[in-house]
Amino acid sequence: MQQIFNFVIRNKTFLLFLLLFSIALALTIQSHSYHRSKFINSANALTGGVYGTMNSVDQYFNLKTKNDILAEENKLLREQLFNSNASTDSTFIDTTYSTRKYKVTIAEVYKNSYTATNNYLTLNKGKNDSIKRDFGVITSNGIIGIIDNTSNKYATVLSILNKLSRINAKLKSTNHIGSLKWDGVSPAYVQLADVSQFAPIKIGDTIETGGESSIFPKGIGIGTIDSFKTDIGGDTHSIQVKLFNDMTNIGTVYILENLDRNEILNLENSTNE
Amino acid sequence: MNNVAGRNIVRFIVLLLAQVILCNHINFLGYINPYIYIIFIFLFPVRDERLVFLLLSFTLGMMVDLFSDSGGVHAAAAVSLAYVRPILLKSSFGMLYEHQSIKFNNIDIGSLIAYISLGTIIHHLIMFSLEIFNISNILLILKRTLFSSIFTIILSVLLITLFSRKRK
Repeated sequence: MQQIFNFVIRNKTFLLFLLLFSIALALTIQSHSYHRSKFINSANALTGGVYGTMNSVDQYFNLKTKNDILAEENKLLREQLFNSNASTDSTFIDTTYSTRKYKVTIAEVYKNSYTATNNYLTLNKGKNDSIKRDFGVITSNGIIGIIDNTSNKYATVLSILNKLSRINAKLKSTNHIGSLKWDGVSPAYVQLADVSQFAPIKIGDTIETGGESSIFPKGIGIGTIDSFKTDIGGDTHSIQVKLFNDMTNIGTVYILENLDRNEILNLENSTNE
Repeated sequence: MNNVAGRNIVRFIVLLLAQVILCNHINFLGYINPYIYIIFIFLFPVRDERLVFLLLSFTLGMMVDLFSDSGGVHAAAAVSLAYVRPILLKSSFGMLYEHQSIKFNNIDIGSLIAYISLGTIIHHLIMFSLEIFNISNILLILKRTLFSSIFTIILSVLLITLFSRKRK
């Protein structure tokens, strides 16, 4: 017994180092696996507060570009409004039984990262705004990612620029689907893998969300085809997709809640059983 | 002693905020960031208790991780750097370290650069290896380590010489 104590006292620095290093290593390994509840994330009051102060200063420098983006989006929405032939003026709409499928929340990006291999964003909306895990996040240009962790006032987003991210996507011209990944090289490009060899791929075609997942609605833009190559097996193509969004410059985002998600998941679970 | 403790607390907070607010967002040439918070580990008083030093380095790394959503990457790298610091001190300063009489205020610039460079490269190598976490991307790890290290070394040496008070 005496010897054990002596050993511990003699090597106390090394043992403490080993302990701390293992804790750090465990947290690192945990951060490399998808959707595990993480202790160390930037959705908390301390980091949120600091990033909030920073954001309130920083946003003044981007006011002009933000205005341009909003004007562009307004134009788009007005076009849709004027060109839609649905006349709702005389019909009474009972909002209790609305056929609305998605609830949209607007949020500010407090922290954005795109240089690491696993990137996360921090938003200024959280549980208090009924934001939960697995809600989709988009901008007017296209998709950003999926809500990962939430605290009362903040939420972190698993960016599409993250090696853990897998999003269902399809070609706009046909319905050939693939899964959207990131290779960690450039923040302007993502990869669409496992596209069937029968898909007619043309450089410049649009890639959009597939609507197979219960997170994003069908038809949200992702990017355009930059180049593609056939996989070694010859059955599938891998497509290099140039993103519509400039992931290095994101100000305001929309959080999408699929109101039917629970129903879909319950149905799928009961089918699997 | 009180003065020394106070100065280290201020240094801890200032370097942490400078790191997460400024340096994490530089992204020079797309991905090169300096990690200046390790100056705290370099300049921590040599004679103080090593256990406290390890714990403080771990806390600092963990705080940076908290802000940048990187799991425990910075904490692991920082605590390793703190652990190997005596070896670095011995190899860079030799006799001065043997006599426990290093004053970071007045040491010659050559050994300071050697000390900082060695420490920075060790820290960055551990950090990027853990962050990328894939041995097949070894070239990416080495590339990032090299470029970020150059940036960090230049900034650290400049900051240390700028803020050291010469007492002659």
